Amino acid sequence: MKGTTSTFSTSRRQLLKTSSALGLGAMALGMTPAWASPLGRAAAASRTVESGPEIALAIRREDRLVAGQRTRPITINGSSPGPMVRLKEGQEAVIRVTNLMDEPTSIHWHGIILPPEMDGVPGISFAGIAPGDTFTYRFPVTQSGTYWYHSHSGLQEQEGHAGPLIIDAATPDAFQYDREHVLLLTDWTFEDPKNVFRNLKTMEGYYNFQERTVADFFADVRRNGLQDTVEARSMWAEMRMSSRDISDVTGSTYTYLLNGNAPDENWTGLFRRGETVRLRVINGSAMSYFDLRIPGLKMTVVAADGQPVQPVPVDEFRIGVAEAYDVLVTPEDDKAYTIFAEAMDRSGYARATLAPRMGMQANIPARRDIADRGMEAMGAHGSMNHSKMAGMDHSKMADMDHSEMAGMDHSKMAGMQGEALAAGMLAAGAVQPGARYDQAGIGLDQQQRRVLVYQDLKALAPWPDRRPPQREIELHLTGNMERYMWSFDGKKFSEVNGPIHFNKDERLRLILINDTMMEHPIHLHGMWMELENGHGEMIPRKHTLNVKPGERVSALITADAEGSWAFHCHLLYHMDAGMFRVVKVS
Amino acid sequence: MSIICISRHAVIASAASAALSVMPLLAYAEDGYDAPADWPSPMAEHLQWSAAFDRLEYASPDKGNNALVWDFQAWYGSDVNRLYVKSEGENIQGDGEDAEFESLELLYSRLVADFWEFQAGMGYQGGVFSDDHEERVYGVLGFQGTAPYRIETDAALQFNEGGIVTASIELEHDVRLTQRWYLQPRSEIVVAANESEALGIGRGVNSLRIGLRARYEITRRFAPYVGMYWERQYGATADMQRAEGEEVENTGVVVGVKLMF
Repeated sequence: MKGTTSTFSTSRRQLLKTSSALGLGAMALGMTPAWASPLGRAAAASRTVESGPEIALAIRREDRLVAGQRTRPITINGSSPGPMVRLKEGQEAVIRVTNLMDEPTSIHWHGIILPPEMDGVPGISFAGIAPGDTFTYRFPVTQSGTYWYHSHSGLQEQEGHAGPLIIDAATPDAFQYDREHVLLLTDWTFEDPKNVFRNLKTMEGYYNFQERTVADFFADVRRNGLQDTVEARSMWAEMRMSSRDISDVTGSTYTYLLNGNAPDENWTGLFRRGETVRLRVINGSAMSYFDLRIPGLKMTVVAADGQPVQPVPVDEFRIGVAEAYDVLVTPEDDKAYTIFAEAMDRSGYARATLAPRMGMQANIPARRDIADRGMEAMGAHGSMNHSKMAGMDHSKMADMDHSEMAGMDHSKMAGMQGEALAAGMLAAGAVQPGARYDQAGIGLDQQQRRVLVYQDLKALAPWPDRRPPQREIELHLTGNMERYMWSFDGKKFSEVNGPIHFNKDERLRLILINDTMMEHPIHLHGMWMELENGHGEMIPRKHTLNVKPGERVSALITADAEGSWAFHCHLLYHMDAGMFRVVKVS
Repeated sequence: MSIICISRHAVIASAASAALSVMPLLAYAEDGYDAPADWPSPMAEHLQWSAAFDRLEYASPDKGNNALVWDFQAWYGSDVNRLYVKSEGENIQGDGEDAEFESLELLYSRLVADFWEFQAGMGYQGGVFSDDHEERVYGVLGFQGTAPYRIETDAALQFNEGGIVTASIELEHDVRLTQRWYLQPRSEIVVAANESEALGIGRGVNSLRIGLRARYEITRRFAPYVGMYWERQYGATADMQRAEGEEVENTGVVVGVKLMF
């Protein structure tokens, strides 16, 4: 690690001036934030790495080029995505955020454990940052790893108000590397996010141009026979749903960016042959899951959501919205490698290059076809007749116990919320029936290449609180696709009275049951969720959990953070539609 | 709100006030998580609106005059409670008469199931800008939504003066040929419980109309189409039509556009 922490030597006024000058200088060339310097961290720290402990950030709306088109994103110190905020474990961070827009704003430090009033969620942590005001965030930095920050006001996150947050460890990391690059994935639209939301609300499938057609029907008939095809299709038709409903907002409006660069702008990160490069991959997009791979390079996953995990060698990993994975790669050849991050619905991709010199590029892999949702999505629909599913591709379902999918008896759980379940609770860390941690998810072929699954994640060392859960809280992820209503337990945020209550310092199990046909990345502020993927005391901790359609996912939580915290689906428009709760710890 | 102030029609007013009383402009959770009163709600609910011409077409029947036909729908409201304006009508070209609202309805609509809204309100039939056409005012009760197999359904009862009750059912279904080409069969049927010579309504099935349109979505909000239709009147309704020298069976072609705003 050649990381240096520069102490704050310039005056704040100067810093704000510098950053605005940057806005007219380096930034006018395009959208590459300077932290995304091709040299990475082996080079001199770039000018828009804002190093702690004292940092000033100015938020504006400015004219910029995105993917070669002039537009008006939200900028932070002149760049969009914003500068890298770099802190060091053990510091007392002091971050002054000045709002130079004409609308309120905020910054949430995603995945950071801090006092509730510093969490940056308007209406829960504080009032928000009014136009012209400066809010000073002060918090002790008690963790390390790869995180990010973003606005928690309205739909600003969709307008480029996000950036990487990297915290260097006080003690050396458990793994060695020579150089690092941050890879921040975002989805950009030239539409007003309010219109995107209205389109979703008023027209089902507005952005989906990969729906099934008559031609697909006949292709299926040829492949699976008439009877099977008719049965499978009529089941979807009966449900009035689309098996191609993978993503709500797609490449038909999104340009997928990597470090602010469109695929043809080809952001490039440099390496020297034989170096081990740490890639800090962050999904800072509003709505898009990505499947990332670097053809020709094995990736070793060493951290998930900023927390170290036992190394997992993979060829590809799916990264849900708001998740982060650190991977190590060691390119042995003096050639370029393509970083290929394909959107989950295959409607587009983000792309970058790892190369020994600037100006090189490698082949871009062929894009895959959109997958049809199969019976895994139907777990949500209790009265399903599985025999109708014949002829669908079950290969990826191989070792699933179907009996657990439909007709699972949740009744014994009903009304248990808030009561200790002395009997009938699974051991700490055990996998819930209905979890699918061994599956990578829709559209990924685990036979073809080694894809990361949640089951692969094991903590490097046990987390401190070893108590078994004292009680369980069960929440259903619910939605009405037709009206784009999203909720927990069938209630939008506007329809619930009162927060979800955690008792201070209790150890509890949160069970999330996805009754919808979409993946949801569920994020709890202020506390870690320890994903119960069957590894006992080595279960990994995360700030964001992807819950697949029909899946039942559980996590252990130590409710040690007194105060009110946001808890929501991190798909921006799902959250805005009401898939949001307040958790109160007292 | 102004709807209530200016409207004298009790039913419309009550439907509208029912809708507005359950449609707060901003929804706050009464959740007591110790937020000071001057803080904003972390999530505000936004009311939405939609307005669309499902059909705006020029129809050329085999027998009789060409006509400009519209089928319009707009709503404003929340996920559950909405206020609808629906209108269907035509302006027959060269008949010396002004355009006619076959229906102009103001409805309160409530989501009662994932795919279904219950609707109630008032309707008007008559001239758009003139007294060229017979006028009637009627009450409406209906269900609108998506039936299994994605059949867009609008089924309503009309309560006319003198206890005359009719029912109309409109069904549409989109067959996706490509990502932008759609084939849309549609049908409309009108049935009556009793007879009214004044309204030209006979008992039983009054009329049936079946159409097929091929639509190309240039954008999601702008989709021109061509199509054809067949329509026929039955029973006493047909007799009354004949008595007036009108056709009881007709076919035609249409060219038009589907517009969403």
